[in-house]
Amino acid sequence: MQMQTFKYDNKIVKYFLYATIFWAIMAFTFGVLVATLKFFPELPDYIFGSDDGSIRSLFGGGIEGLAATNGKMGFGRLRMIHTTFAVFAFVGNGFFLGAYYSMQRLLKTRMGSDLMSWIHFWGWQLFIALSLVSFLYGFNTSKEYAEHEWPLDILIAVVWIIFGANMLKTIYKRRVRHLYVAIWFYLGTWTAVAMLHIFNNLEIPISWSLAAPKSYSLYAGVQDALVQWWYGHNAVAFVLTTPILGLMYYFVPKAANRPVFSYKLSIIHFWSLIFVYIWAGPHHLLYTSLPAWVQAVGTGFSIMLLAPSWGGMLNGLLTLRGAWDRVREEPVLKFFVVAITCYGMATFEGPMLATKTLNKIGHFTDWVPAHVHVGTLGWNGFMIFGMIYWLAPKLFNTKLASNKLANAHFWIATLGILFWVIPMYVAGWTQGLMWQQFNEDGTLKYGNFLQTVTILKDWLYPMRAFGGALYLTGGVLLVINVWRTIRKGSYIPNEEAEAPALVKISSARKKGEGAHTWLERMPTLLTILSFVAVAIGGAVEIIPTIVVKSNVPTIASVTPYTPLELEGRDLFIREGCNACHTQMIRPFRDEVKRYGEYSKPGEYVYDHPFLWGSQRSGPDLHREGGKNPDAWHYKHMWDPRDTSPGSIMPRYPWLIFNKLDRSKTDIKMKTMVKLGVPYQEEDFDSITPSMNKQALAIEQSIFEADSKLKERYEKEAKEKGDNFVPLRDREIVALISYLQRLGTDISTEQTETTTIIGTGK
Amino acid sequence: MGIIILMVIASVSLAAVFLALFLWGAKKGQFDEDESPAVRMLMDDKKVKDKIDT
Repeated sequence: MQMQTFKYDNKIVKYFLYATIFWAIMAFTFGVLVATLKFFPELPDYIFGSDDGSIRSLFGGGIEGLAATNGKMGFGRLRMIHTTFAVFAFVGNGFFLGAYYSMQRLLKTRMGSDLMSWIHFWGWQLFIALSLVSFLYGFNTSKEYAEHEWPLDILIAVVWIIFGANMLKTIYKRRVRHLYVAIWFYLGTWTAVAMLHIFNNLEIPISWSLAAPKSYSLYAGVQDALVQWWYGHNAVAFVLTTPILGLMYYFVPKAANRPVFSYKLSIIHFWSLIFVYIWAGPHHLLYTSLPAWVQAVGTGFSIMLLAPSWGGMLNGLLTLRGAWDRVREEPVLKFFVVAITCYGMATFEGPMLATKTLNKIGHFTDWVPAHVHVGTLGWNGFMIFGMIYWLAPKLFNTKLASNKLANAHFWIATLGILFWVIPMYVAGWTQGLMWQQFNEDGTLKYGNFLQTVTILKDWLYPMRAFGGALYLTGGVLLVINVWRTIRKGSYIPNEEAEAPALVKISSARKKGEGAHTWLERMPTLLTILSFVAVAIGGAVEIIPTIVVKSNVPTIASVTPYTPLELEGRDLFIREGCNACHTQMIRPFRDEVKRYGEYSKPGEYVYDHPFLWGSQRSGPDLHREGGKNPDAWHYKHMWDPRDTSPGSIMPRYPWLIFNKLDRSKTDIKMKTMVKLGVPYQEEDFDSITPSMNKQALAIEQSIFEADSKLKERYEKEAKEKGDNFVPLRDREIVALISYLQRLGTDISTEQTETTTIIGTGK
Repeated sequence: MGIIILMVIASVSLAAVFLALFLWGAKKGQFDEDESPAVRMLMDDKKVKDKIDT
């Protein structure tokens, strides 16, 4: 057999290493920032300015300073930056780092194409950088972990396909016939993410403007929610779990220098996991307006997931059998052990949270972020840290600069996880149970939602932020350690290796001799590519017919949003309000008592996208319409602590200063029509009068309630002359119109509560 | 709930892709051997320097 010499591409691995570390620090920093805002909502005021005399801002500015930020430091926007950094930037790059290193060595070949490797690398970093910018400026679709607007969605899809093509090309070039289990995990990851990403991000842009991208989801309400959480759950499965399991099956045996406990089990782990995972999504929507049988399917599959998950966890931990003495000394193994343990904990907790009993308490509370962070901080983070500590010395042909520093990182970060998750478990249970308490006379024990928030913000939220800060500190130690390692090492961009050439036998066995090289390779590749193409084409063709037809409302009183409300809704999305406010009242005694009639699926038929949210840091808003007067909303947006002392909501003064941009209302409504929202010709003819009328009514009601405010605006009008923007033309009025509309369609009359949309009629 | 039909189709096709991959793997003998791959991956294939000279 002929020995072949070839070169591993270490340069791409090095770049992914740097990217992983850079985005890790960014993700943790933004995490600490959003955690801080949860108990210190005045932080932006202290930086940019405030009209509150007791707050001295950093630059000495007034409230105009804060307004001039236009929400760049709003919690809703920063949260999606944090999640994108954590999920796609830190874990994403970490996966690529491990995959580009291990795949070359497992397949004994260089990556398929250097060009594709580099397009993948820079394309991915570009996507993350553009996400940061677009989220800061409020361009987002509101769908969690898929907030990226359509140009970014296309970029992600293109880069992902290039990554997949590169991976396949590497596999075709391989010198080892057998595909090690890690490769299977990488392939599964690629296939599933490609499909999930495309299906969840089907949206219609209102225009082709790249500078101000805006689109509406193809699906509405319940259907959008289902697709979103099918995606959301599988993002956890195929971005945060399967790729990391692939890394586990390569780097744990490598670092321990012993084979995986059971190779057979690892194969069973992979196939059972991917077949079960894709059905579990509906457990994110228990007790919502989703049909009960879909919820039951989600719960059933979630519980089944326990088996493959724990099989995999045990397989990982048992790989260290006989090497436990080394775990004491080697930080790499320490990180791996805690990571795999956290995988076990999170995958035990997941099925438990997917049962209706526990979901009732945990859903919408801080229990869920606690669960998520066991997975991300513990499982993903520690797996990647361990991998970096093992990989960096290998890449730079040296030893790790300091084992002591790595051990310090390990303990500080472990403490960080504990400080993060334990207070959040307590917070989740506290809040979840407080919501349900009744007095003997049948009134809610904690009737004011704020009571269930202020109890969390004094100790539990600061402790969580402290935990995050510890974790970040650990990250800084990693940077120092890796930097020192790099400095003392020497790096070879193209590492030489040799392996015997792969003899082609497979096709020969079946069809006899012949030049099968081309025939064997191209059809498979072509089949896969055409499958992707057909799937996309088919989806584009099929979905509108299914989705739009079933959007026929069955609750007659539910009508589309007025133009002003539609604009208000887009402001709600722009500010990321759904990060903290749900719009889904579950059919529980306490929720109905607190918020009003529980939510019906037919109420959401015009909601492109749905805005059910996933957490209640603030109260549910689905029956907000008519609950508070317009003037209350005005004051509340100006300073939430003015109307609700102790509130942790940020201030939104720019909404009050900014003039509403009405230039796109028309095309927004036209896009909605394409999606099946029945706006009539008259509606288009009367956009401006309709908006003026509704806005004027809100302005009048605010001025009636607060005559001082009226005087202030009159004074401003005199001072500014022609430059003056009347209150009725400002953003706040549109937002108020939307909030006052929420849930009012059915509250005035009795509706058939059993009606479910799209039942085939 | 037409969307459910769509999602079942999508999920089943994904499962079908996985199944095809599995069958391909099984046919190609990917899962016949369950001992040696675990050991083989531990071996490094760095080109030995002195070998180049010979």
